[in-house]
Amino acid sequence: MKIPEDCLFTKEHEWVKIKGGQATVGITDHAQSELGDITFVELPQIDYVCQQFQQFATLESVKAASDVYAPVSGKISAVNNKLQNAPELVNQDAFGKGWFVVIELADQKESANLLSAADYEKYLKETVE
Amino acid sequence: MNMAFHASMGQRIIKRTDVKTTFLVSRHKKLSAKLAPFGGWLMPIQYKGIIAEHNWTRNSCSLFDICHMGEFMIYGNPDENNLGTVISTNLKSMGCGMCRYGFLLNEAGGIVDDLIIYKLKIDQWMMVVNAATISADLKYLQTYLSPEAKLENISSATAKLDLQGPLSREVLQDLVGNDINKLKYYTFGYFSLADEKIMISRTGYTGELGYELYISAEKAGLVWDILLADKRVEPAGLGARDTLRLEMAYPLYGQDIDFFHTPEESDLLKFVDFDKDFIGKSSLLKKHHSGVKQSLCCFKVKSRRIPRHNYKIYKDSVEIGVVTSGSFSPSLLCGIGMGYINKEDNKIGQRLLIKQENMEIEAIIIDKPFYKKGSIKN
Repeated sequence: MKIPEDCLFTKEHEWVKIKGGQATVGITDHAQSELGDITFVELPQIDYVCQQFQQFATLESVKAASDVYAPVSGKISAVNNKLQNAPELVNQDAFGKGWFVVIELADQKESANLLSAADYEKYLKETVE
Repeated sequence: MNMAFHASMGQRIIKRTDVKTTFLVSRHKKLSAKLAPFGGWLMPIQYKGIIAEHNWTRNSCSLFDICHMGEFMIYGNPDENNLGTVISTNLKSMGCGMCRYGFLLNEAGGIVDDLIIYKLKIDQWMMVVNAATISADLKYLQTYLSPEAKLENISSATAKLDLQGPLSREVLQDLVGNDINKLKYYTFGYFSLADEKIMISRTGYTGELGYELYISAEKAGLVWDILLADKRVEPAGLGARDTLRLEMAYPLYGQDIDFFHTPEESDLLKFVDFDKDFIGKSSLLKKHHSGVKQSLCCFKVKSRRIPRHNYKIYKDSVEIGVVTSGSFSPSLLCGIGMGYINKEDNKIGQRLLIKQENMEIEAIIIDKPFYKKGSIKN
């Protein structure tokens, strides 16, 4: 299971990679593996303002429909439109081509509420059988 | 994200400690299958992935562990032991070596189970039933078969493997010889494999050319290994089995058909023989004459959204029914589903709205099956 060192994580299995004021967001390799084949991803429009830990996207896998929560607050500045017709990118490359959105970071301090790669790995070990 | 939201594969989940395992569970674990309880059994849901397995079945050939299903042997002449009135379909027109799909019905005409009945000899029949209904079916048969009938539950001694896909005939031909080519749809024969005479029927639940193999429990692992050694064959789990059967609009017992719906409501009357006497007949006729109110419809979603079990079905702003089965269709690349709605609304082309909480999914009623290019009759 991949857990990139340069990302931060939520306990709900979203990842965020912060570079400058821009935060790229997706779901983790563990999440895609648990969900199985992802068949639909609904993303917000550019300029939509999301709140940390509030729902901003929906996805469907053969197994279940799930809400996806924003790891940070801010305005959406980019959306991965490729997921509309190729949601399987999330399964194939959760931390790369399967990214969801880019958020303009509203508050740098919010990253203190997130888990480091090491903490997320530990969290997975504790919570997943 | 919340990953347990609207889970649909877990409807039959029971406590893990209560579940039985098939003869092949160690092989599934070696193949890194995701295992989950289904019908009281810990079954492989997927190996590589549901969509990959689905497409492999449509294009090549897949092997499914179906050992959880039940098999009963019934000895005696159906005219003398009531088997003919216990099963909804016509048994009289069946020759030895033929099998047929049908139902056990209750007195009210509701479906107790769906099954395939095999005629081995004039006085020896095999019935293949759903896993979750084995004990209810046994009780039913003990009640309605006459005392002369000898009923034997051979489920625990019988392994069932399904080999399904356009290449399944070629694969079997290489293993059991050319006689496999003679098997017509819904017939069966006996073939040598793994030093055993195994029964193979040309039947299945995928819409593709395919076979169901009945093997002794001892040889299940060996036959599984022999079939998987062929490069054309990949293992497939119950996840792909579900999307494959749904694309054919084949009903799943406990979901699309049940105790509370008659074959007429489920659009399955062609598997009921009204020229003979059978349990539930008078109720079915009575309900037919007074007019059935509900009927099972098949609908296609405009998007990739999935209409799931228990989502509500609306016409305009009026609730007219409920989804029984729904999935993403890997062949059609959109959501598909089935559900019971008011009979007068079940017309091809009727637009529907499927709703769950704040989600709305647009759909349209279509003619079954969803997938029309299967190799089933090749």
